[in-house]
Amino acid sequence: MISIYKVSFKNLLRKRTRTILTIFGIALSAWVLASLLGFNKGYEASLSRDIDNMGFQVLLTAKGCPYEAATLMLKGGTGLRYMREDVVQQVTGEPEVERVTPMLMQVVFDPNKGESGGISAYLGVDPVTFPKMKSFLEFRQGGWFTDPDAMEVVMGYEAAELEQREAGDMLLIPEKEVELKVVGILKRSGTQDDGTIFMPVRTVQTLFNKPGELTGLGIKVKQDADIVAFEEKLYGLPDVQVVSLAQVKQTIMNLVSTARIMVFSIAIIAVLIAMVGVINTILMSVFERFQEIGILKSIGAMPWDIFKLIWIETVILCFMGGVVGTAMAFGLSKITEVLIRNLLPYAPTGSLIQLDARLVIMTMISVLLIGVVSGMYPAWKAARIRPLESIRSEGN
Amino acid sequence: MNENAISAENLTKIYTRGIEQVHAVDHISLDIRAGEFVSVVGPSGSGKTTLINVLGCLDNPTAGILTIDGRAVFTDGRSLSERQLTRIRRELFGYIFQKFYLIPTLTVEENIMLPFTFFRKDGASENVSRLLHLLGIERRKNHLPGQLSGGEMQRVAIARALVNNPRILLADEPTGNLDTARSEEIGQTLTELNQKQGLTIILVTHNPSLAQTAQRTITIHDGKIKK
Repeated sequence: MISIYKVSFKNLLRKRTRTILTIFGIALSAWVLASLLGFNKGYEASLSRDIDNMGFQVLLTAKGCPYEAATLMLKGGTGLRYMREDVVQQVTGEPEVERVTPMLMQVVFDPNKGESGGISAYLGVDPVTFPKMKSFLEFRQGGWFTDPDAMEVVMGYEAAELEQREAGDMLLIPEKEVELKVVGILKRSGTQDDGTIFMPVRTVQTLFNKPGELTGLGIKVKQDADIVAFEEKLYGLPDVQVVSLAQVKQTIMNLVSTARIMVFSIAIIAVLIAMVGVINTILMSVFERFQEIGILKSIGAMPWDIFKLIWIETVILCFMGGVVGTAMAFGLSKITEVLIRNLLPYAPTGSLIQLDARLVIMTMISVLLIGVVSGMYPAWKAARIRPLESIRSEGN
Repeated sequence: MNENAISAENLTKIYTRGIEQVHAVDHISLDIRAGEFVSVVGPSGSGKTTLINVLGCLDNPTAGILTIDGRAVFTDGRSLSERQLTRIRRELFGYIFQKFYLIPTLTVEENIMLPFTFFRKDGASENVSRLLHLLGIERRKNHLPGQLSGGEMQRVAIARALVNNPRILLADEPTGNLDTARSEEIGQTLTELNQKQGLTIILVTHNPSLAQTAQRTITIHDGKIKK
């Protein structure tokens, strides 16, 4: 016997080009849907990991815009503000504090960077406290600085790749015309540290003529400490901005939530476009087979049989489109990620698009729902065709 | 099977075309005996196809009484439901049309089996093999319709019409798309089906030589049987 599924599938083979184009249209929608859902998930996960890998829970910066401070912390920045180094002593004495690490970021214009030059950033860190806070960092070559005043740099994995430096090489600081020895290259960590060039904080202060000044102070709080109460206490310090990483995370997550609505709106539009495409294709196919459907009824098909036949065709189309689209989402995720990174002013490190089995299932369910819903009208239309109408059109 | 396969009394079908009412079938009374081969002839627009559609339960008459195999299908304005009519079509009728309406992506065998996609019948597979052999298209069973001649396609359509073991075969201009030689072949096939299997056949045709293969010829003119 020949099953209704086989008949439906073979019906789709009649107009192969149209079937392929429709599948491609659905696949594009599925691709957009899977990529957007994957982006949403990946962005959140990457951002969380970036913030958690900071190694400290509170950052003190010079008074200014908190968002600017957050950007400085996450990505580095050029609008630098400074605070006095004695804040380190004030904070270290607090009972909630486990460890503090002073940081001084400096940027210079490097005419040899890229085609038309670019900004190079250097992060001055304390050789004693910083490695303890970032205990997850591992070295590919060499190690941390030999001396708090050493004219040495440690390069993140990507920074070393970009500058093509190995441990033992020299690195020229543009504008200062000073060469520093590369003493360590970090392994890839998947955080913003990969792109950072580290120096001892005192070396940065000397080289850039910023004695006793810092751009940030990372504070690791004791496990049992009340962070909120501690932050309140820090607000009492003059001319400093308290940036809670939990707050930063929350703020960015709130922004991401707003973006999520936008993302889902785009996904819904993609789904609607696919639905209209499917309805159009199947409806056209029903009208083309008007007489044939009438004949099927005359040989014993009930209206429900015809409804099922057309409905199954739609679901097969959508299933195939979903499979192709999901495969495209997996296969092209790297390219999609590059495109997104070019569009976003700040994107966390790590994989921006995270596709997993749950997401594939969600995409397939959504696409199959498109099939089920968009197939209803053409199927209903076909089920209503009366055998006579088709036969009468043959003439009397 | 009743003595009369089809019995019609004052059967009338009126269409409305614009403001005009067309009596496509005008008070026709006729009996077609079980196992009879009847041809219906008449000029274009005379109501042949409308008559065969009404007799074959593809269309409801406007008035009159229609009995198929002893079952009252239509009695003065009251008709069976669409579901009941579909059941009667499945059980009693086979239809052949001028166009073959074969599904181009299904093989000959699959096209013949198509009715069983929608309902089950014991011995269906054996019936398909028997019909393939009977109609001389056994070697073509795995071919697609596009690979067949017009005559072969009509044989496949006949096989599809016969696969559910109907008692009545309605053929509406089955040779309309065929040349003379293929038309004669189809005529011969219908005659054999009638004589060897006792199938009741109602054949609508413009082809006088094909009409002569039937045992009785009914001539329709302006919706009425011409005496």
